[in-house]
Amino acid sequence: MKQLRSPEPQQTPRGGVRLKIDGLDVTVDAGTSVLEAARFLGLEIPTLCHVDGLSAYGGCRLCVVEIGKGDKARLVSSCTYPAEDGLVARTNTKRVVRTRKMLIELLVSIAPSSKVIQDLAARFGVQKCRFKPKYEDCILCGLCVRMCQEQMMSGAIDFVGRGQKRRITTPFDKKSELCRTCGGCMYICPVCTLRCQGPSAPTDVCGSCVCMEPTCIEKFDDYMCYLGPTGVCGTCVSEGKKVEGSGGDKELCHTANTTQQRQP
Amino acid sequence: MKKSTAKRNGTGEPRLDKIFKSYKGRAREMISILQDIQDEYGFLPEEALKKTAVFLDVPLPDIFGVATFYRMFRLGRPGKHTITACIGTACHVRGVTRVVEEIGRTLGIEPGQTTPDGEYSLDTVNCLGCCAIGPVVVMDGQYHGQVTSQSARKLVKAQPNVKEVVKS
Repeated sequence: MKQLRSPEPQQTPRGGVRLKIDGLDVTVDAGTSVLEAARFLGLEIPTLCHVDGLSAYGGCRLCVVEIGKGDKARLVSSCTYPAEDGLVARTNTKRVVRTRKMLIELLVSIAPSSKVIQDLAARFGVQKCRFKPKYEDCILCGLCVRMCQEQMMSGAIDFVGRGQKRRITTPFDKKSELCRTCGGCMYICPVCTLRCQGPSAPTDVCGSCVCMEPTCIEKFDDYMCYLGPTGVCGTCVSEGKKVEGSGGDKELCHTANTTQQRQP
Repeated sequence: MKKSTAKRNGTGEPRLDKIFKSYKGRAREMISILQDIQDEYGFLPEEALKKTAVFLDVPLPDIFGVATFYRMFRLGRPGKHTITACIGTACHVRGVTRVVEEIGRTLGIEPGQTTPDGEYSLDTVNCLGCCAIGPVVVMDGQYHGQVTSQSARKLVKAQPNVKEVVKS
C-alpha cells in the first residue's frame, strides 16, 4: 500500500518536501514555493510581480512552469505554487516558453515605455508586438501596494475599482495621511523606469538590446550600451581594431567585435 | 488603542454611533457596516468611511477598495431624482449606449455622477428584467420603454428643474 502511494523512495527529512525541477532533485522546507525552490537550484525563472520580502501575488504569470506529466501536465505560476512531495516541474518546456513569450508580448502592448518589460522582451526574443500599444502607466502588478503595506508598514495605497477601471490610488484620490512619501512604490515599480531610446527609431518592441547594429561611440558620438557597463555591450569596437578584408563599415565594426569577444 | 477610543467616546456622529453599536468591530463586518451606512445616508460619505476604518482597525485604503469594488455602494451624494438606464445585453444591442450618452450630455454628467445642483443623478444597471421593451430608462420609478436618443432628450427635458448644459 505504502509503495503504491509513493513511487519514489521517500527519504524526506522531517518538515521537508522533495521535488524535482528540470530533472534536478531538491529538498526544501514545506511551504516553499516552486519559484523559490528553483532559484535555490540556480534556475532562472523570470518574474515581474515577485520580489523577495514581499508576499507572493501571482499577477504577472511570467513565472509559469509546467507541472505533471503527459496529458495531465498543466501550467501554474511558480511563485504561488507550494512545493509538494514528488512534484515534477519543468521550467523551460515548449509550452512554457510559448506562454511566456505571449505574456511578454501582451505586457509590451500595455506599457511599451517600460524598460523592465522591454528588457524582458529582448531577453526572451520577443521581436514584435501584434497588439495595439496602450501606453499605460501601470500593469497592475501590485508591487507598490505590497511594498507600501509590507515593507513600509504604511498601507497608503491600494487597488480601487474593478475590471477595466481597476487602478491603484489613495482613498478618494486625495493625499493620504498614512503616506510618508518614502518613494518605495516608485522604487519597486517596473513601469516607472522608462526604456532607453536605443540607436534606432522607437517602435513598440525596442529590441535595441538584441540589435546587431553597432552601437559604438564612433557612430553615435556617445556610447549606446544599455545592457552592461559602457563599452562592453558586445556590438561596439574600440579604436584601431578593424578587421581587414571585410565589406562596409558597419560589418567591420561588428565582425571585429565578435572576434574580439570570442578570444578570452 | 485607536479602536478602543472610538468605541468608548463614540465617533461624534450619532447616526454612525447607532450603526456601530450593533457591531463588534471585527474586520469581517465591513460590508454589513457599509450597507448600513448607505441605508442611513443614501451614499458613503468620506468621513463615515474614515470612522469605519478606525472602528474596525482596518486601513482606509482597504475599505475604499471594497466600497469601489461593489456596484451597490456609491460614494457621491445621489440626486433628488434618479435616472436609471439599463445597459443589459438586450438594451445594449438596441442602442442604449447612445441613449445614455444623450442623457449625460443633456444633464452635463457621466453615468454614476450627480448634477452640480444636486437634482439629478444618472446611473446604469445591468438588467431591469423588462428586455422586451428595451432600451429601458427609469425616471424616478417610472419606466420608459423603446427609448431613442431623441426621445430620451425630450423625456429628460420634460422633467422638472432640468438645467440643460450648453456644450462648451
